[in-house]
Amino acid sequence: MMPTPAEIAELRARLPRTFSPSPRERLRRLLLWGGALALTVYCLDRFGFFTWNFADGVLKFGSVVVSQLFPPTGFDQLPMFLRVMGETLAMAFLGTVLGAIVAFPLAFLASKNMMPFRPLQFGTRRFADLLRAFDYLIWALIFVRAIGLGPMAGIMAIAIVEVGTFIKLYSEAIENLDRKQMDGVRAAGGNRLQIIRYGVLPQVLPMMVSNTLYMFEHNTRSASILGIVGAGGIGFLLADRLRAYELQEACLIIIMVVMTVYAIDFLSKKLRERIIGEERREPVADDHPQFVASPGPKAR
Amino acid sequence: MSVSEAAARFERQYADYRRTKTVWTVLFWALFVACFAVSIVVTRFDVAAVVAGLPRTTDFIVKMIPPIGWSTFGADVGEWYWGIGKWLNSLLNTLLMAYLATVLGTTIGGALSFLAARNLVKSYAVYWITRRVLEIARTVPDIVWALLFVLAFGIGPLAGVLAITVHTLGAQGKLFAEVNENVSALPIEGIRAAGGNWLHEMRYGVLPQALPNYMSYTFWRIELNVRSATIVGFVGAGGIGHDLFTSIQLLYFADAGAILLIVVATIMAIDMLSERYRHRLIGKEQLSQ
Repeated sequence: MMPTPAEIAELRARLPRTFSPSPRERLRRLLLWGGALALTVYCLDRFGFFTWNFADGVLKFGSVVVSQLFPPTGFDQLPMFLRVMGETLAMAFLGTVLGAIVAFPLAFLASKNMMPFRPLQFGTRRFADLLRAFDYLIWALIFVRAIGLGPMAGIMAIAIVEVGTFIKLYSEAIENLDRKQMDGVRAAGGNRLQIIRYGVLPQVLPMMVSNTLYMFEHNTRSASILGIVGAGGIGFLLADRLRAYELQEACLIIIMVVMTVYAIDFLSKKLRERIIGEERREPVADDHPQFVASPGPKAR
Repeated sequence: MSVSEAAARFERQYADYRRTKTVWTVLFWALFVACFAVSIVVTRFDVAAVVAGLPRTTDFIVKMIPPIGWSTFGADVGEWYWGIGKWLNSLLNTLLMAYLATVLGTTIGGALSFLAARNLVKSYAVYWITRRVLEIARTVPDIVWALLFVLAFGIGPLAGVLAITVHTLGAQGKLFAEVNENVSALPIEGIRAAGGNWLHEMRYGVLPQALPNYMSYTFWRIELNVRSATIVGFVGAGGIGHDLFTSIQLLYFADAGAILLIVVATIMAIDMLSERYRHRLIGKEQLSQ
């Protein structure tokens, strides 16, 4: 039965709150959205979106940059590009593995259920946060200065961020484990080592391997840009070609990077599905490691 | 089947299972060792060089904090942070860059996400093209976008804002499209039955269902973009990254330390605020269900 307009008007008069939020709530929303909009306009102005320079840049980006990117050239240098791409992957691999090796024992120190001495547990966690708080590029910049240009600096940069990430991810996996299996091994007469081997590792290892693979995937992306600050890998060539205005060669490099990233994503996803045994919802793969363990609302 | 037969069959199957498992494990480790060896050769990785480099790295980091005495605490810290005005201004620029890029990227990406959801557009071509555009925007790292935009727009925060915007719109477009694909079709059908057009369906059928997830993703994106905004300065795209880059390049250790401290404090503060807000948002969502 459809209510008549008169009935609706009568209901609206009697129960105003059902039809619209309270004036206070409306004011709050108005201020919030108005403030956000005003800040946006201010920022647009501050960064020069309303200047001729911006219009010029748009034209230049459209006509010069984009039209000069295509078609990609420099195929004669392809063997060299491929070699450097291989170096990039190797950097990502070594950085991830080194990070994982160092983080593995530390993760036990950082887990509440393994480390009864709270200050040490807390301290290890904060130490991990600190390592992770700096971006790969910042570490790369520091290592390039300390141990010189080249892939070693990149490997160290990746490894040190990964130590932080893996301590966090592994210790979360360890804290989530089921006590029953440990109790079972203990009840059957197992000693401490046996409890860890048969009660803990089988539960946490698949998670750890899966996380490590995921970070390797992520680090392929990082490794491909570390070269921009001189830390080895394809990023060096890319920045070099871009700065020399060799846009078509840069285009070829970008295409190579994108294809490699896709290939690694695909392989790693297949492997992870095999290891974990079910398809888990992943956050977008190009995001920062910090959020691997706490993806968006839907995964909760 | 007698018990012993069953036991024998079990033994056989278990042995088979063990064998396949062993083969897989051996294969996995062989692959791993091969990758490891190849990587070491390709990158000319040298443990001795790392060991030699570590003291220099720690030395570098130690030099980032100048000597601060108890009696002269205020003066020492004041001297360390001699450039505080300049740096805070850069920091403000960085934060505003992240804000603007998040707003622009989320708006554009959000609009595109409706075209990139299989259940909301009829034309497969539109869907396919939008998806590819989002993919390219997302897969090319933001620092590479920054290099490109610096070429066209010159050195400065404008290039950085545009670079982060492009990357953000790619990521948000994809995430939002996935949210859109998971909404219930019933409200949409209701609006269509009541005579609404495509825009009405999106506004009143899809948006109310998807908005909490959008908000949550956007706060998460702000955290990521503050990080990005601190590093695009390395290639000349504005923000505090520029000050950091020059101070490290010129070996002004104390300056680098001071800036890094500001950066880390900011990033941690933003993460904490955003996380708290996201939890509140999710809490509300669960309450209303």
